[in-house]
Amino acid sequence: MTPHLTMDFGTWVAAFLTLCAFSFLYRDNPFYKLAEHLFVGVSAGYYIVLNYWTVIWPNLLQPLGKALHGQGVDATRTGMFAAELGDYRGWLLLPGVLGLLLFTRLFGKIGWLSRWPLAVIIGVYAGIKTTGFAQGDFVAQVQASLQPLLLPSPWLTFSAIVFLVGLVTSLLFFFFSREHKGALAVASRTGMYFLMIGFGAGYGFTVMSRISLLIGRFQFLLENWLGLR
Amino acid sequence: MTWLERLDRRWIFLVMGLLVLGPLLKPLYLPLTVTKHVLNFRDAIDRVPNGSTILMSCDYDPGSIPEMVPMTRTAMRHLLSKNCKVVITVLWPAGPGLVDSVTRRVAAEFPGKRYGVDWINLGYKAGNEAVMVVMGQGIANAFPRDYTGAETRSFPIMHNVRDYTSFPLLVNISAGYPGTKEWVQQVQARFHLPMVSGCTAVSAPEYYPYLQSGQLLGLLGGMAGAAEYEKSRGEQGTATKGMDAQSLGHVFVALCIVLGNLARRARPGEEPR
Repeated sequence: MTPHLTMDFGTWVAAFLTLCAFSFLYRDNPFYKLAEHLFVGVSAGYYIVLNYWTVIWPNLLQPLGKALHGQGVDATRTGMFAAELGDYRGWLLLPGVLGLLLFTRLFGKIGWLSRWPLAVIIGVYAGIKTTGFAQGDFVAQVQASLQPLLLPSPWLTFSAIVFLVGLVTSLLFFFFSREHKGALAVASRTGMYFLMIGFGAGYGFTVMSRISLLIGRFQFLLENWLGLR
Repeated sequence: MTWLERLDRRWIFLVMGLLVLGPLLKPLYLPLTVTKHVLNFRDAIDRVPNGSTILMSCDYDPGSIPEMVPMTRTAMRHLLSKNCKVVITVLWPAGPGLVDSVTRRVAAEFPGKRYGVDWINLGYKAGNEAVMVVMGQGIANAFPRDYTGAETRSFPIMHNVRDYTSFPLLVNISAGYPGTKEWVQQVQARFHLPMVSGCTAVSAPEYYPYLQSGQLLGLLGGMAGAAEYEKSRGEQGTATKGMDAQSLGHVFVALCIVLGNLARRARPGEEPR
């Protein structure tokens, strides 16, 4: 492996900032602070520009402008009921105004107006999340938990029994309407062991994710920056 | 054992760094087994008729490159090799540039494939679950312009794409929120669009119930999942190269846990809990 240092300026900047971030492992220092502050500043600017050009311009200002100039979304569709969703562009004035009202927080006396768009945002997301959770998680998971216990292979039968015991005892662990004594204590303790196995698996996966990040940065430094392939 | 309690944690960082660096410089070629869920992911894509149009949502940012990019590369290669047309969306603000560079490089490996005809990057859209719901009423309604700023409807690939019914499969590469959980809740459950997921290892345990319920057809969990997918496709990418370092890192963490527990138990007056 012979190093072939890259001549790409962007890669050098990225490598320098990576090493600045790693330097925190030794102790807090000005190089780390530089990388941290640069990241925060660049991110803020980037998000503002990105949201303007990918959301506010194409989804609000442009369709609104076209609607006000009488331009149709699809020229091939004609007639009273030919409109598709995008044709109701005039209504975009409403979210536009609500969006502007969010900025009234900056002006003390009329700051209360920003609660209206916030109420809409909270209402819409609460509705979307509730129906999504009910359909995607609650009903589907309860349905999937109702499994037959007697299956063709002994291994599958054993798995189904372990699943059932784990499910019931884990649920009983969270049953707090009665003191955990006697059979309930045994069941809830069994449930606790199942939960601990779950937490252990979760921890193992988390470690894998964190080590992956380190591997990714080392691969970048070795391959992209130093050219060791 | 008291020396363990006084050990400067920077020694642990150093050992971990060396254990990760070593195998990257000199690979150990430790064995890697392809698990059932990874094979199911591959088979779900294999079962899609050649030439279909597939929705691929790449919901990640540079913070999860080591896990997400290898999955994106292999999935994109897999789809293009089947002559599938790929419609890419991004729901993470810092993702679209990264996803564009990765997919363009993969597409360049297929000389006949053209942007806008065989694949398209619709870029980022703010709104998380709301974007998913609007896409159900029309993909171009949610994404009127692609990543380059051109009219989405003007591209040939979008002529046959209306809403979720236009796709036989959703491939989601997800690093968290919004991601696989939201796609399952808002799209798989409502529109019954079959779906596979590649996710970060930290979020994988949350998605295993979706596999058991059949809501996900296959799952790639973290770098290990990406490496297994690469192996099942006969590729040797960055995930496969990183797995030796991954294994040594895990052994070291397990050793630290054991030593930490022994040190705690050896502390005078400490009751085992």
